[in-house]
Amino acid sequence: MLEVKDLVVAYGRVNAVKGITFEVGKGQVVTLLGTNGAGKSTTLRSISGLLKPVSGEIWFEGERLDGLPAHKIVERGIAQSPEGRRLFRQMSVEDNLKLGAFSRKDTSGVKADMDRVYDLFPVLGERRTEAAGLFSGGEQQMLAIGRAMMCRPKLLMLDEPSMGLSPIMTQTIMRTIKELQADGVTILLVEQNAQAALSLADKGYVLEVGHIVFSDSGRNLLGDDRVRRTYLGAD
Amino acid sequence: MDLLDLFLQQLINGLSLGSLYALIAVGYTVVYGIVQLINFAHGEIFMIGAFGAYATWMLMGQPTDWNAPMSILVLLPVLIIGGVAASVTVALLTERYAYRPLRNAPRLAPLISAIGVSVFLQEAVRLFYGEIPGFPTAKSAIPFPSIPGISGSAFQFGGVTVQMTAVFTVGALAVCTVFLWFFVNRTKTGRAMIATSQDPDTARLMGINVDKVIMAAFAVGAALAAIAGVAHGLRYSNIDFRMGFLAGLKAFTAAVLGGIGNINGAVVGGLVLGVVEAMATTFIPGQFGSAAWKDVWAFVLLILVLVFRPQGLLGAKVVDRA
Repeated sequence: MLEVKDLVVAYGRVNAVKGITFEVGKGQVVTLLGTNGAGKSTTLRSISGLLKPVSGEIWFEGERLDGLPAHKIVERGIAQSPEGRRLFRQMSVEDNLKLGAFSRKDTSGVKADMDRVYDLFPVLGERRTEAAGLFSGGEQQMLAIGRAMMCRPKLLMLDEPSMGLSPIMTQTIMRTIKELQADGVTILLVEQNAQAALSLADKGYVLEVGHIVFSDSGRNLLGDDRVRRTYLGAD
Repeated sequence: MDLLDLFLQQLINGLSLGSLYALIAVGYTVVYGIVQLINFAHGEIFMIGAFGAYATWMLMGQPTDWNAPMSILVLLPVLIIGGVAASVTVALLTERYAYRPLRNAPRLAPLISAIGVSVFLQEAVRLFYGEIPGFPTAKSAIPFPSIPGISGSAFQFGGVTVQMTAVFTVGALAVCTVFLWFFVNRTKTGRAMIATSQDPDTARLMGINVDKVIMAAFAVGAALAAIAGVAHGLRYSNIDFRMGFLAGLKAFTAAVLGGIGNINGAVVGGLVLGVVEAMATTFIPGQFGSAAWKDVWAFVLLILVLVFRPQGLLGAKVVDRA
């Protein structure tokens, strides 16, 4: 469904992503693991069209994406919940969700999807008129995911959804990802919490300073010594 | 004239002048709120609006036989539409060719480009307006068409004289403010503008076409500036290729005064600035209260605000991000 080939992305003269290749199959949950500065967020930002790659190709459902402006990529069915949530903090929950559906014209479908987000995260429904900035970290993360779902994406990219969350909240978020997958949404997940990410991923890629160093199924990576040492704190 | 009447008279004069500043100031603040650019060519967009309205009048065959209700209901709106069309066109071309290519350049580059556009537009009008067949040269001031029922008309209210041009200017600001509120808060493009001003990258992730939003910001600012251009023409009875310089500077002052990036702030800042100018020329004794000093007081106010309340009266856009 999504294919990234030899992607190179730079900030100024510094290459942050140095030629990575990976793919995400339809209906899969795929995770990119790596420490800070490995190039995970840069990769997602390039797929979304916020950054222009230096070289390489990004293909989605047989169509080349690199070079398209960001709003065209959203129209193709790719949504991203960015690192740090980046909510419109002064706006209400409802207005944030409406912005998530900006590219859509079917008012009734938007309303139905909004209700679905409220079903998934009842706390958002109860406080839908309150400003997003007033919510706790976990609730804000729910809103960020809900907002990304509002464009009915085929591919949902989540950048560090567990960042700053309690273990219980992290579990809730991971369960939600599982439910979304069951609904047919393909998910590309960037995580530092390797345990949580690998336990639900079909496939994982490990990034180090701009390169993919190895990849395998989520289950195998969970048991992999190198992964256990670097990302799971085992010795 | 007793002191209260004098005060009320100056209040009305100040609000009328301030409305003119406010209409222009909105353009500075809306564009700044979205692209963090002080568009120093915006004063010239105001000037182009006045010249566009004048050109429309020329193209209509310089009608002078319109009388009171029809002149206000038909002739004036047509002139305004012509002015708005000219300003919006020039503003969009400026954005496309002078600012957009510099969007990722260091902040100083578009600022210098803006100053270049400002000089370019002034000189273009000065040198080429008279070259259009049948048009007067714009090397000196051109008398602006008068609108019977507004130009030169006034009514008494107690001891106070209210010029119809003042009613028009204040009324135009009121109508524009209502429309602007509706546009920003109730339309999809308006919501996209707010989102883009708060966080442009995330706005793009929502599927918002940021280029379109930026164009909308320039267009809205230009439309209001053009209306101010017509109001200026009616108020002073003539227009001049240099009229955008001081008016632009004052309106920029008004935008900073109210809090740059804040639309309500631009309106309040414009009105405050106009009233301060009007009051200063009346109530400050000696030569310091003479008309020659009014610009001094306007900029003294700017300096005081920048020193003691740099975020402006209503507060600038607060960058607030988790």
